Amino acid sequence: MAEQNTAVETRSPQDLTSTEGTRPGVVVAPLVDIYETQETITLLADMPGVSQDDLTIDLNEGVLTLTGHTTGVPNTEDRVGSEFRAGTFQRKFTLSDSIDQTKIEAQLELGVLKLQLPKAAKAKVRKITVQGA
Amino acid sequence: MIVRRMAGPRSHWSDFDVLRKDMLRLLDQVGLAAHEFQPAGVFPPVNLTQDREHYYLRCELPGMRPEDLEISVVGRTVTLSGERKPAEAEGVSYHRRERLYGRFSRSITLPGEVDSETINANLSDGLLTVKMPKPEKLKPRQISIKAS
Repeated sequence: MAEQNTAVETRSPQDLTSTEGTRPGVVVAPLVDIYETQETITLLADMPGVSQDDLTIDLNEGVLTLTGHTTGVPNTEDRVGSEFRAGTFQRKFTLSDSIDQTKIEAQLELGVLKLQLPKAAKAKVRKITVQGA
Repeated sequence: MIVRRMAGPRSHWSDFDVLRKDMLRLLDQVGLAAHEFQPAGVFPPVNLTQDREHYYLRCELPGMRPEDLEISVVGRTVTLSGERKPAEAEGVSYHRRERLYGRFSRSITLPGEVDSETINANLSDGLLTVKMPKPEKLKPRQISIKAS
């Protein structure tokens, strides 16, 4: 995969545990797809069980933080078996200067967060035609 | 078939898992094994809970619509199958592709019978909840004691 020239940089998972959370439950990094067209970079993150009210997207000093909380099973139910746990989805991305940070759009649908990160004008690909003499 | 990566790379502990599964299979052959839900490590991840009157199956299916999903219940077995379609994006270059796509089918054996007529399934925010009532005759009953 094209890792060079990546405008969105992911941080290592270790960074997630560096600060202690104040909510119960586990912190899980959501799985993401990141793809790029000439104008925008799109980020898709799987956050099942997160509603719009439980999602915060934070952009601070070029670091984009996605945080979503899920609610666990009601206390009235007994666990028979479990493969995923309720808690927090969190992941951080470092944005480079090539992204226009004022024009980021976010949309949460069916538990998938879609972020559109438009490229700054200077980072867009321009075709330069060579004129013959 | 989609295979989900569970907690990190394969470690030497996974050998114990294999051993445990073998033991359970052995016990099962002689009819001694109690029902046990086996985390399978495949997509989609499932949680199973129960209360006095229902079994609840919850499943993480982000991005899936009800029409892409099929649920069937035969006896004690619940089967979830469907297809997770990739985002419609053509002519793009990928930096990262971690989300899983493709067809899947998964069967989960419940600890007991359910009343298949009145099963209720709900998909919201990419989380599927299937509420399956236990049959009337298997529900726990309060028995009052009369003093003579």
